[in-house]
Amino acid sequence: MATILKRERLVPNIHLLQVHAPEISRKCKPGQFVIIMPDERGERIPLTIADWDREKGSITTVVLVVGTSTHKLSLLKEGDEVPVFVGPLGKPSEIEKYGTVVCAGGCFGIGALYPIARALKKAGNRIITLLDVKANYLMYWEERLREVSDKFFVSARDSYYNCKDFMPYVLQDIIKKEKRVDRVISIGCTYLMSACSEATRPHGVKTLVSLNPIMVDGTGMCGACRVTVGGKTKFACVDGPEFDGHLVDWEELFARRKSYFEDEIQSLCYWEKINFP
Amino acid sequence: MTEKKELSPEIKEYLRKEFSQEWRKKLRKSLSVKERMKISRQKMPEREPEERNKDFNEVNLGLNEKLAKREARRCLDCANPQCVLGCPVGIDIPTFIKLIEIGDFVQSVRKMKETNSLPAICGRVCPQEIQCEDVCTMKKATGVPVAIGNLERFVSDYERINGEVFIPQIPPSTGYKVAVIGAGPAGLTVAGELARKGHKVTIFEALHVAGGVLIYGIPEFRLPKDILQSEVEYLKKLGAELKINFIVGLTATIEDLKNDGYDVFFIGTGAGLPNWMRIPGENLVGVYSANEYLTRVNLMKAYAFPEYDTPVYLGRRAAVIGGGNVAMDSVRIAQRLGAEQATIVYRRSRVEMPARTEEVKHAEEEGIEFHFLTAPIRYIGDEKGQVKAMECIRMELGEPDSSGRRRPIPIEGSEFTMEVDLVVVAIGQSPNPLIPKTTPQLKVGKWGNVEVDWDTMATNMEGVYAGGDIIRGGATVILAMGDARIAAAEIDKYLNNKKVRRKKT
Repeated sequence: MATILKRERLVPNIHLLQVHAPEISRKCKPGQFVIIMPDERGERIPLTIADWDREKGSITTVVLVVGTSTHKLSLLKEGDEVPVFVGPLGKPSEIEKYGTVVCAGGCFGIGALYPIARALKKAGNRIITLLDVKANYLMYWEERLREVSDKFFVSARDSYYNCKDFMPYVLQDIIKKEKRVDRVISIGCTYLMSACSEATRPHGVKTLVSLNPIMVDGTGMCGACRVTVGGKTKFACVDGPEFDGHLVDWEELFARRKSYFEDEIQSLCYWEKINFP
Repeated sequence: MTEKKELSPEIKEYLRKEFSQEWRKKLRKSLSVKERMKISRQKMPEREPEERNKDFNEVNLGLNEKLAKREARRCLDCANPQCVLGCPVGIDIPTFIKLIEIGDFVQSVRKMKETNSLPAICGRVCPQEIQCEDVCTMKKATGVPVAIGNLERFVSDYERINGEVFIPQIPPSTGYKVAVIGAGPAGLTVAGELARKGHKVTIFEALHVAGGVLIYGIPEFRLPKDILQSEVEYLKKLGAELKINFIVGLTATIEDLKNDGYDVFFIGTGAGLPNWMRIPGENLVGVYSANEYLTRVNLMKAYAFPEYDTPVYLGRRAAVIGGGNVAMDSVRIAQRLGAEQATIVYRRSRVEMPARTEEVKHAEEEGIEFHFLTAPIRYIGDEKGQVKAMECIRMELGEPDSSGRRRPIPIEGSEFTMEVDLVVVAIGQSPNPLIPKTTPQLKVGKWGNVEVDWDTMATNMEGVYAGGDIIRGGATVILAMGDARIAAAEIDKYLNNKKVRRKKT
């Protein structure tokens, strides 16, 4: 059992979850994830670690509300207990001095990107952060990310921020205008990560993506999260979650992520009918 | 792997003493060998195939007292009992059976628990037909061995159902801390043995429920989960602590735990890595590893979706690749979840199937189809990336391979296509790589197995032992428990020596 220290709505469909997990907080590194189960009947949900406090013994994650189990997470209160909170899982991000790194994130990936950008900044890199939001009311952690960035862009579908455009185009503009971009890290929905990878491919800029396939145990036991990278099957939970975006078989990943599309709707309808009649 | 060919002199001496007890002599005389041989093997009561293949309740109902006593009379109480030699943990089988014959069920189960801490489980999942029952004198004499497994199950159920579970007196704490990694059959056995000796045992489990393969792998209809639950409760009563949601290697490494004061380690992390055939289309939606399929259904309770949140594919035409117990479990689950056609596809023939005889029999009765001498060569998907068919090839059997079984050879030009919408790949598992990956000093064999000295289960690291599927690859529950018993005895010795050393310094 792990205790919820804080649950806060960041934007309408994204929540912050801070959980008491001293052992994980001692050990975790940027880019790793945890698996959480909201209650005894829930699914095991992988969430990228967005921050931690080793003294307080806490782990912070950012949850996008999609199906039943993430809805349940969004209703947790301070002091509630969850039956599963396990980690840190997956390989940490490679943190070295590369030069100029573009950190591109959207949706729940904005939170997931933060500790990676912070660590890369600390390692002496020049950080260009590019966030993608549909509209300004969907933005969160802007100040935190600005703090660790040398340059800061937001691509949005409205005119509130500096680039009213889609992220891949903005990313290409940045690469063209900068003298040199050594690496791109992209975290967000599968569509965003695949589009970023396609945008950087012609420029030959190494692009890492943090994949989020469906998982069950998260320790390499079941293979639910298998992805094809460079023609080889990899388990995102133990071989990843970060892979070279130019080598990922995106079509397969899209199909596998949609495996339970109809079940997810059925599950949510069932749960809503019982809990909110 | 070392196979013991003969019982140790101490065990022989012990068995002889038990054999010579007055009550045993009297009991042997009460019924002649000839009369004993006339009794036919008592049939295990089971639910009707048409009823049981639609739910997850247990298939076997267990012997009642009358049947058990009658079955116990079949045991000839031989002077040189081969069955003990056939048992990987060396249960004193004649004594426990003779205690059933006289109706002392409680003593019988206590006798058994001296060597086997999980009899209710072993009575259900052991492949008795190739172990104790295979070498039973009754089998040699009449062709039908004593139903040792069914009797084992009977007495342990009797103890649990009647609330007779005996908690032994625990000696004062030795102060030594033992870290058991993995709460599967090996880990639970080591924990029980060492807690009884007064050591402070902590079991670390990566999942949120203890049991390992017993919980995520073996389905409810073969091993009800409340049985496992009571075994875990028993360990807790012995003083063992269970830490779930703790992945040794990630949450803390063996080195970290050493620094936290653990004196000795047992690695029982099992064979968690699914094997694949590496054929085209294996990543299509609807193709599962058996590990994932079973974990979704058994651990996450996808059979009760949407009451539980985790879904699983409900195939109409399900194919399970493989011929072991995991394959039998998977195909019977697919049928219970509504598949109109549930098929085993196995590359060898019936006689080479590694599954327990009883599981194959149950599967056949329930209407499972078997395609022998057949193997898939590729999976074909639809426009959504979902499996819709599988191309197979026929096999013939050639010369025996290293496993002693005849090697399957593809017959050229025999390809054919099977329509399927659910595939479960159950062709075995490899040792879980998590501990080897995070413990660089640990010596690992070429199959990813942790290397041990087979006499002591000691690894190359001081104070680190291992047993079960992590050293064997996918094997059985009882072999894991056999390893665990050796390891526990050695760990106890190691800690006692440590005490002596500590006193000297």
